[in-house]
Amino acid sequence: MGTEGQKYVWEGAIPLQIHLDESEITTLPAPPPALILGPRIGYLPLLLSLIKPYFSSTLPPGTDTVWFDYKGLPLKWYIPIGVLFDILCLEPERPWNLTVHFRTYPADLLSPCESEDTVKWNFINSLKEAAYIINGNCKNVMNMSQPDQLELWRSFMNGHMEGNLRISSKLKLGTVGEESATKKATAHHQQSSSETKPDRIPVRLYVRSIEEDVHDLEDAPPVDSWDKISYINRPVEIHMDDGKIFTLRDAIKTLLPELFEDEPSIDEEMSRIELQDGEKALETDLCDQDLENASTARSRELTDTLDECTPSSCCSSEKAEVKLVRIQGIEPKLDIPFTWVVKNLSNPEHFLHICVCVLVAQGQDKMR
Amino acid sequence: MGVPTNWDGTLSSSEFYVSARSLSEKWKTTYPALPSWSWNSCARPFGCTSVEIQGYLSLQHFCCPKFVEEEIGDEIYEEEEPTSTTKDEPTDDATLAHSYDQVLHFYDLHIVYNISYRVPVLYLRGYHSDGQPLASDDIEKDLPYHSSKLIKDSRWTFMTVEEHPYLNRPWYLLHPCGTSEWMKLLLAGDAFVPEREELVQQYLLSWLSVVGQVVGLRVPLEAFKNVTTPHTAADA
Repeated sequence: MGTEGQKYVWEGAIPLQIHLDESEITTLPAPPPALILGPRIGYLPLLLSLIKPYFSSTLPPGTDTVWFDYKGLPLKWYIPIGVLFDILCLEPERPWNLTVHFRTYPADLLSPCESEDTVKWNFINSLKEAAYIINGNCKNVMNMSQPDQLELWRSFMNGHMEGNLRISSKLKLGTVGEESATKKATAHHQQSSSETKPDRIPVRLYVRSIEEDVHDLEDAPPVDSWDKISYINRPVEIHMDDGKIFTLRDAIKTLLPELFEDEPSIDEEMSRIELQDGEKALETDLCDQDLENASTARSRELTDTLDECTPSSCCSSEKAEVKLVRIQGIEPKLDIPFTWVVKNLSNPEHFLHICVCVLVAQGQDKMR
Repeated sequence: MGVPTNWDGTLSSSEFYVSARSLSEKWKTTYPALPSWSWNSCARPFGCTSVEIQGYLSLQHFCCPKFVEEEIGDEIYEEEEPTSTTKDEPTDDATLAHSYDQVLHFYDLHIVYNISYRVPVLYLRGYHSDGQPLASDDIEKDLPYHSSKLIKDSRWTFMTVEEHPYLNRPWYLLHPCGTSEWMKLLLAGDAFVPEREELVQQYLLSWLSVVGQVVGLRVPLEAFKNVTTPHTAADA
């Protein structure tokens, strides 16, 4: 059970260096930062039991309401750690320096997170939403037995992919596979379309826009407000036009059509599957933090060699261009079949989280 | 062209917009004295497809639902259906309202289209007259008894605080996962299946007649009946 890609996703982790907010340090010397691995698919508040022991002795009196910030930006706890890292650190920072707060929760900016239960139900409600998108109802999630629900959560918390997939397979959220794709294609050929509904894929898209004209993404100014990141929560319908492969590019194009205006339709050759490359890239990128540099280099190489296929060069929109598409820490080729991306890179709540970085030019001359 | 019998209780986003306009107009006619529902257009910087409507329906600065509930009730039953009494509403919350202090609470109600569930979702935010947000306890106290009970019983699947999709700030919302099911029963349950056009016109009114009760905003469908039929024809 579980694809190769899924395994890397489950094992993926961000090394975190967590500092206690200065205002909450009441002892001298100040406590050293906590070094912790944050699972990519995990959520920040779930790290509390690991972090608390480092700082508990120095905290001022009061009740704990834990939250985190990165360079002053309060982090939304309901976004998976890996996604936060991918969208906020365009140039990966390792370890990732975060600040933890146990007091003064910014309730006007972040929805409350009182306990592990809050995170758990956020997860289950997301799963429900995904089920509804995929099946048109969420009965299977609603009717999940108590022990199954517990096990689903426990396996998620402990990073046990097998156990988690065993339970979630009961929910019949069947990831779109090649078989189903072929079936659809056949059905499509035999009778005129409308009979078969297209597959709907749960996607959460995060678009970070950079206004300054930066040559290197690492020069991009840090995100100081969530208003700089557009969050688009919209299912993607997989269309099988003339049996053509529906690629990652097609998916992003349906989500951000204005960034792909006037683009000539992708010809057969470009949409040819190169699964192997994708898998290799995934391997180098996800399996080992030490390989990060190598893999970044590889990603760059991929991007360079495939320049013609990347949106940055073919996008003709006058206002904005796509600089980066990142999923689970990698920058996949946009010609990868979308079904492969969904099957391998989705999170356990069955949503595919896609991070996109867009350069918004302020003047015509800056486009060059 | 009638609605197919297998209608799943959902709306497309453009149908939502049509339905929202219909609700807003009928509300104005029916409750001229109350704050009105207005459409807030807000284009996002990205991802605005031409087929999708960007915006939400909003009712601002609504006085504590408990008081309003009584207000609306009086108005309707006196003016529109003098013979009708509250007997068809078994849960009477009036007694609870009295036990509550007289400080005024205000609410903003937003109806936002949810594209995952393809149904409307009610978002709400409560605040004091000086603009300070209400504590969750205050809000729960303002809710009718059956709702505060539901909050305790099914805390995580009924009403939670989540990010408002357009405002990026935490708002209360009523979970939409069952909406299509009961909307289907409500609008297409009888032998009479309305035309799609009429169904779209009627959708948000019917939806609000159910969802409104949760927040103490009682909107009896009957109140709109007289307005609905001729208006629909004229609108179309």
